[in-house]
Amino acid sequence: MSDARSDIFARIREALKVKAPKPHLKGDGAPGKTSTLAKPWLPDGGETADDSLTILAEQLAKLKGVFIRVPDHAAAAKAVAELSANKNWKKVAYHGDALLRPIASALTCETWEADASFDKQRLEGCDAGITTCESIVAQLGSILVSSASSGGRALSILPHVHVVVAEASQVVPDLGAALALAKARHGDQMPSMLSFITGPSRTGDIERILVLGAHGPKELYLILVG
Amino acid sequence: MSDAKSIFLKDATVNAADGDQRAFINKALGGYYTNRDLQKARYRDWERARDAASMAKWSAVNDLANVLEKFVANFERNGGVVHWARDAEEARAIILKIAEDAKAKAIVKSKCMTTEEIHLNDALEKAGFGVVESDLGEFIQQLRGEAPYHFVFPCMHVKREAISELFTKHLGTAPTNSPEELTMIARRHLRQLYIDADIGITGANFLIAETGQISITENEGNARLTAALPRIHIALSGIEKVVNHLDDLSVLLPMLATAGAGQPMTCYNTLYSGPRKKGECDGPEQFHLVLIDNARTRILADPEQRDSLHCIRCGACLNVCPIFKNIGGLAYGTTYQGPIGSVITPHLRGLKQWNHLSGASSLCGACTDACPVRIDLHHHLLHNRRNATKESPTLFDLAFHHGFTFVIKRPWLFALGGKIFRATLPLLQKLPLPYMGAWMKTRDLPKAPSQSFRDQWKNPNV
Repeated sequence: MSDARSDIFARIREALKVKAPKPHLKGDGAPGKTSTLAKPWLPDGGETADDSLTILAEQLAKLKGVFIRVPDHAAAAKAVAELSANKNWKKVAYHGDALLRPIASALTCETWEADASFDKQRLEGCDAGITTCESIVAQLGSILVSSASSGGRALSILPHVHVVVAEASQVVPDLGAALALAKARHGDQMPSMLSFITGPSRTGDIERILVLGAHGPKELYLILVG
Repeated sequence: MSDAKSIFLKDATVNAADGDQRAFINKALGGYYTNRDLQKARYRDWERARDAASMAKWSAVNDLANVLEKFVANFERNGGVVHWARDAEEARAIILKIAEDAKAKAIVKSKCMTTEEIHLNDALEKAGFGVVESDLGEFIQQLRGEAPYHFVFPCMHVKREAISELFTKHLGTAPTNSPEELTMIARRHLRQLYIDADIGITGANFLIAETGQISITENEGNARLTAALPRIHIALSGIEKVVNHLDDLSVLLPMLATAGAGQPMTCYNTLYSGPRKKGECDGPEQFHLVLIDNARTRILADPEQRDSLHCIRCGACLNVCPIFKNIGGLAYGTTYQGPIGSVITPHLRGLKQWNHLSGASSLCGACTDACPVRIDLHHHLLHNRRNATKESPTLFDLAFHHGFTFVIKRPWLFALGGKIFRATLPLLQKLPLPYMGAWMKTRDLPKAPSQSFRDQWKNPNV
C-alpha cells in the first residue's frame, strides 16, 4: 500500500491536469501579482507618520483599547506606575527587556521577569503582563507581538491585563508593512509565535452581544513613547 | 428519498414556521450587518480587495502540489512534524496515536471545523481521553450535546436564559441573564483547564508556503492559550488552506474579519512556525500538523467548482442567506451550513444523498455577492443539480426529459397538445391538482386564449 502522502499528491496532480478558469475580476488585473507594495484598495493606514498615528488612535479607541502617548521613557514608567496604583495591581509580570526593566522597577507592587523562570500558574495569578512588541499597525489598530518580543507565548495572553510599551517609530502604516518588517528582521529564523493583537480579548457568542475578556486580557493598554 | 433529505425536509419545515426563533436570529444578525457595512466602507475599493483575495487563493489552489510541497519543507525545517491523512479515519488514528504516545490525561481544543468534520471529539472520548472545547460557543454546544449551528457563530440560536440554565446544571453556577457574567463563568472554568492540559488541539486558517507558518484567527484568546500552555500542540488542517506568500495575509486577514464578523481584524491572528525554539521560555515541546484530504481532491478534480476550495470559512454567505435565516443551521445536518455547505457537502459526502441541499436556495445570489474570495456559490448549486440529474436521474427526470424532447421535435404534436390543453383548461380548474392545493386556494387559473401564440404569429390580423 502506498503511503498517504504520495497518494494525496497523486490525487492532486491528477485533479490539476484539467485547468480551471481564472476568477472573474472586477479590477483591471493589477492584483494577483503579490507584492509588498501598498495596496491602495485596502483600508487606509496613513501616508505620513502623523496620519498613521491619527488613524491608530481612532482604531484603538473603537476597539476599546487604551492608547497613552508619552514624551519619553521616564513618562512611560510614570504612566505604568499610575495605572498600577489606580487599578490596585498586586502582581505584575514583565518581559525581560532593557526598555521594560526600569519601568518594572518603578512599580511598588510585586514584579517578576516572566521569561527568566516561566511558571504558568504564577502567570495566571498576575494582574498584568507588560511586554514590548515587534510593530504596530495603524490601519487596523493591531499590535504585533512575538515569542521573542513579549516574553514567550503566554505573557501577552494569560494575565488579565496586557500593557504594551513601544516606541512611536515602531508604528507602520499597514499590515503588509508589518509582515515585511517581520520577514526582514527574522528571515528564516522567525520566532515560533507571531501574533497580531487587535484590542482586548472579546466574544459575541452569546446573542452576538460584545463582551470583552473572553479568555485573554480584558484590558489592553498601548503606551507609546515619542 | 435519502434519510438526510427526509430529515432535512422535516426540520426545515418546523424551523421555518417558528417565527420567534427566526426573529431572534434576524436580531442577532442585525448588528453584524451594521458593523460589516461600517468596516467595508473603510476599504478604499472593496471589489478590488475581493479580486486580490480570490487571486491569492486561486494561484495557490491551482498549483496545489507545488505550493503544498514548499509549505511542508519549510514547516519541517522549523521543527514541526507533518502527518498525512487521506480521510477522516486516518486523521483520527493519527491524533489518537499522538495522544496515546504522550500518555495524555487532559486535552483542550480551540475551535476547528475540520475536527467537527472528522468527529474527533467522539473518537477521543471513546478512547478515554477527556476533551474540552474552549471557544465559548463551542463550549456551550458541547455542554448541550449539539452540533454547531453556524460554523463561525456556533450557538447564535441559544438564548441567554438557556445558557444560564445549562451552566447551572453543569457547572453549578448561580443563574444570571447577563451575557458578560455568563462569559466570565466560562472564563473562570476554562482557565485552569488550559494550564492542566497535556495536549492542545487547534485548526489552521492559512498555511503559508513561503515561511512554513500556520495562521490561526480567533477573537477570544482561547486558541492562543491552547497553543501556549500544553506541552503538545496538534493542528488539523485541510490541504486547501495553503497560500503562497506571507504577504497574502495582508489582504486575507482583514477581509476574513470584515466579511465574517464585521470587524477590522479579529482580535488574535497568530502565526506559528514550530514548537518552542531554543531560547524561548514557553510553548509546546512538540508541534504536529495533520494535513487531511477527506474528499477535497474530489472538488479539486472538478474545474467548474474548484473555486469552492478558495473558501476561507468566514461565514458571510450564511449570514446573508434567506434560506439559512429561515431554516436555521442545524436543519442542514452538515458540518458546513449555508450556501458553501450546500455546495461542498455533496462532494464530501455523496451527491445522491445530499443533492437536496442544491435546492435549499432561492438562487438570489446574495451568497455570491457576499463572498470575499468570489466563489460562484449560487451557480455551483445549479451545477450540482445538473450533475445529480446526469449521475442518477429519477424516473420523473427521465420521463419529463424524454417526453419533452419527443414532443418538441414534432411541431404537430406540440400544437395538438396545446389545443387539448386549452380545451380542457376549464375542466382542470375544478380538479384537485396534486402539489397545487395551497396555490389554488387563493387563485384561479387564467382563462385560456382561443388561439395559441403560434397561430397568432401566423395570422396577426385575425
